[in-house]
Amino acid sequence: MTDSRYEIQEETLIRSDISEYLHQHETKDLLRLLTCGSVDDGKSTLIGRLLYDSHMIYEDQLDKVVKDSKVFGTTGDDFDPALLTDGLKAEREQGITIDVAYRYFSTSKRKFIIADCPGHEQYTRNMATGASTCNLAVILIDARYGVITQTRRHSFICSLLGIKHVVVAVNKMDLVDWSKDRYEQIMRDYNAFVARLNFSDIHFIPMSALKGDNVVEHGKDLAWYDGPTFLHHLENLNISTDRNLIDMRLPVQNVLRPNLDFRGFSGTLASGVLRVGDKVASLPSRRESRIKAILAPDVEVKEAFAPMAVTVTLEDEIDVSRGDMLVPVKNMPHIGNEFEAMVVWMHEDAARAGKSYLVKHGCSMVPGVMSEIRYKIDVNTMQRDRSEAEKPQPAETLELNEIGRCHITLHRPIAFDPYDRNRATGAFIIVDRLTNVTIAAGMIVDRIVSKAGSKKRAHVSQNIVKSQSLVSAAERSALLGQKGATVWLTGLSASGKSTIARVLEQQLIEQGRLCYILDGDNVRHGLNRDLGFSMEDRKENIRRIAEVAALMNEAGVIVVTAFISPYRQDRQSARDVIGDQAFLEAFVDTPIEVCEARDPKGLYKKARSGEIRQFTGISDVYEAPQNAEITLATETLSPEEAALQVIDDLRDRGVIS
Amino acid sequence: MNSYSLSHLKQLEAESIHIIREVAAEFENPVMLYSVGKDSSVMLHLAHKAFAPGKIPFPLMHVDTQWKFREMYRFRQLMAEKYDVDIKVWINPEGKDKVSPFSHGSEKHTEIMKTDGLKQALDHYGFDAAFGGARRDEEKSRAKERVYSFRNEFHQWDPKNQRPELWNLYNAKINKGESIRIFPLSNWTELDIWLYLLREEIPIVPLYFAAERPVVERDGTLVMVDDDRMPLKPDERPVMKKVRFRTLGCYPLTGAVESNAETVEEIVQEMLLTTTSERQGRVIDGDSSSMEDKKKDGYF
Repeated sequence: MTDSRYEIQEETLIRSDISEYLHQHETKDLLRLLTCGSVDDGKSTLIGRLLYDSHMIYEDQLDKVVKDSKVFGTTGDDFDPALLTDGLKAEREQGITIDVAYRYFSTSKRKFIIADCPGHEQYTRNMATGASTCNLAVILIDARYGVITQTRRHSFICSLLGIKHVVVAVNKMDLVDWSKDRYEQIMRDYNAFVARLNFSDIHFIPMSALKGDNVVEHGKDLAWYDGPTFLHHLENLNISTDRNLIDMRLPVQNVLRPNLDFRGFSGTLASGVLRVGDKVASLPSRRESRIKAILAPDVEVKEAFAPMAVTVTLEDEIDVSRGDMLVPVKNMPHIGNEFEAMVVWMHEDAARAGKSYLVKHGCSMVPGVMSEIRYKIDVNTMQRDRSEAEKPQPAETLELNEIGRCHITLHRPIAFDPYDRNRATGAFIIVDRLTNVTIAAGMIVDRIVSKAGSKKRAHVSQNIVKSQSLVSAAERSALLGQKGATVWLTGLSASGKSTIARVLEQQLIEQGRLCYILDGDNVRHGLNRDLGFSMEDRKENIRRIAEVAALMNEAGVIVVTAFISPYRQDRQSARDVIGDQAFLEAFVDTPIEVCEARDPKGLYKKARSGEIRQFTGISDVYEAPQNAEITLATETLSPEEAALQVIDDLRDRGVIS
Repeated sequence: MNSYSLSHLKQLEAESIHIIREVAAEFENPVMLYSVGKDSSVMLHLAHKAFAPGKIPFPLMHVDTQWKFREMYRFRQLMAEKYDVDIKVWINPEGKDKVSPFSHGSEKHTEIMKTDGLKQALDHYGFDAAFGGARRDEEKSRAKERVYSFRNEFHQWDPKNQRPELWNLYNAKINKGESIRIFPLSNWTELDIWLYLLREEIPIVPLYFAAERPVVERDGTLVMVDDDRMPLKPDERPVMKKVRFRTLGCYPLTGAVESNAETVEEIVQEMLLTTTSERQGRVIDGDSSSMEDKKKDGYF
């Protein structure tokens, strides 16, 4: 192993002008990187090589490694760089790394912090942990095997955790005869799938970590490669644009009151630039003031920026405490107690929809509920889990190392940004209330509360972001003494839907409940007057009604609908739009003979004679519900009794008290 | 680079201050363990900055073995005055004036006076969080240590059962009797510490700088004869040598290195040009049990 020219330069400077050397090192910047690869990709070897070749290994540590190489090493009696980095005893004996380990090295340009992550299938958790603080990911590929499932999984997790820069280290080139064709094939394969991910730059480097080619120094066997070496790339990559310097966010950690004249708010700037005189609001209270002074951290400055630790004082005596966030009046984050997030589950006890947890976001720890696990993502294919997609019901649980899109409802509002815009204000961890263990990590998605079924809307109007109310569903329901819900009556023509709907509405109103009937004919006179009775138009008719019902439910109103709605699929899509919690399917179960005997509008007669075509029950199917929340057998129930049965059910569900 | 760039040292400083402030806010009764060494000096300085212009809102504690260098005791007093902090001193009463590295050997001495003493002190005061100045670059098993390191009610560390730690969102939740060790200097390296001491002009114990000191050579290690408690073998005679210490601990257990480095810059120069790593100066690391076993047991 020869000394590199680079090292000799450094050493000369240390000997001749230590002050200049220290000055260079004092002003260098910091790059945090993540290494991902499987046990045999040579990850530990690469890191060991970096540490060794940049002279971060001292002789006595090396002695130990040489000794260990003979016991645990995989390189015969040769020096095994991997042993420089494999840490705990158990791992060393198993020959695998089982946790995230942090390594440090530096050159005159940069200090590097390496989060060394295991490549094991079951350790999505550790990768997410390592990736959470990194700017760059090194994806190791064994040149013999090329892009494998694990490569995709690692890339996906890095992208999910917001890493923007990727280096694809095509390692073990010595084992494929330094083949340029092989390297280019791997490049093509990687580029083909990575297009779906959210990286801003991807850089490929062929290398042999074991032999040292292209790690710190160029390798003679890779003369066809004219790009930078691995270290050169790490040293020179521009990462200054990674930080968000636009949206000033200062989560308040502590209130400092050393004496009566000083009241300061301490915190680490999550993003943006803060200046004396800036008009700021404290969230969630929205009280406003101006920045009077900034200490960074103990000397006064006119301006501070992320990620500095500061203490600020304000012009006015407004109430600010730990967990609040100072933001510019003209550039506010979202404020709310509900959001959707991608959640990585990190514990053997699976997440359960409806369970309470603690959520730590910024400087606040807030109790909340995992209100819904909307769907899971298969980390290997980066697709919505297929089994979930086939049955549109949301998942019940999220297991260890699974990733899901979840809806979270907190007990009080917080100020947040989407994670892809702001890592520091879009990230949170979930803590188990009983065991106190950190069991999940979450990244808030750039859409506020969206309901199942809204996906279809999204491709039509991607740029419309649902605006968010400052009033929570809980506050509305407290005001009205009820929750919004939709009683969806379905049944044959003349089965008694409209009659039951009217009686139900009257009874609810008499009880002081806010209720409204969405009647088919009324809707067709206005909102849906452009629609006919084709299959397509019937579908659209139902969709619009469901959307209107959902809005009214959100306002806290109990909606009753009375449409034949013969197709199971249409009722399901109504359920998706309205949401499972609020949707009550009520089957008005009246045999067709009874309906035909009633026939108040003479419609059955017309259908029998062929005057009306595609009449439900005669010339078109009625798909009776299989799992309706309520079944109303009108042969034995009066409309009043049927209405009472619905009201009982609403009470059982907590819609009304 | 644009004007809004922050040097690595400033980033480390901000990160450490963030951690120190989180602990002050989220724990009921935190303490900063103070070893009088250079890393403790940096940690104390950061704590001071974190709460300026106010005072540090928690006490410091020195787990004393009675065998530290005399200069360390003087320096401890100076720092208490300079930073206006309460430095509590704990000496294991069971070993006080009885246990010494000479009578009991280094391993037992360290276990009783340091490891046991620390546990006693934490229990005695009911501290629920204890800052330590350990860095991840010091030893391989420390590379995986969390910033918040959970300890059960017996102060034990379980390397297989650590809480995941993401972003800068630290989990301070514990049950009664449990505690968390906090390592705000986790991401600092030896060189970072020196650069910061230099830049911030932070005082350190003069033993770090080379001076003529009385030493004897034992088993290849230069041991300073700091007071007359040290029993000399018949053929041993202290000689004056220009030495300094790379780490500070109990004087009979801390090896000196011959050196001419009288300033921080010269120390760094020497450090970068030598090839032995930091902890080698400590006799205890050569003991039979590894650092990993000591940590499981409650040693820092």
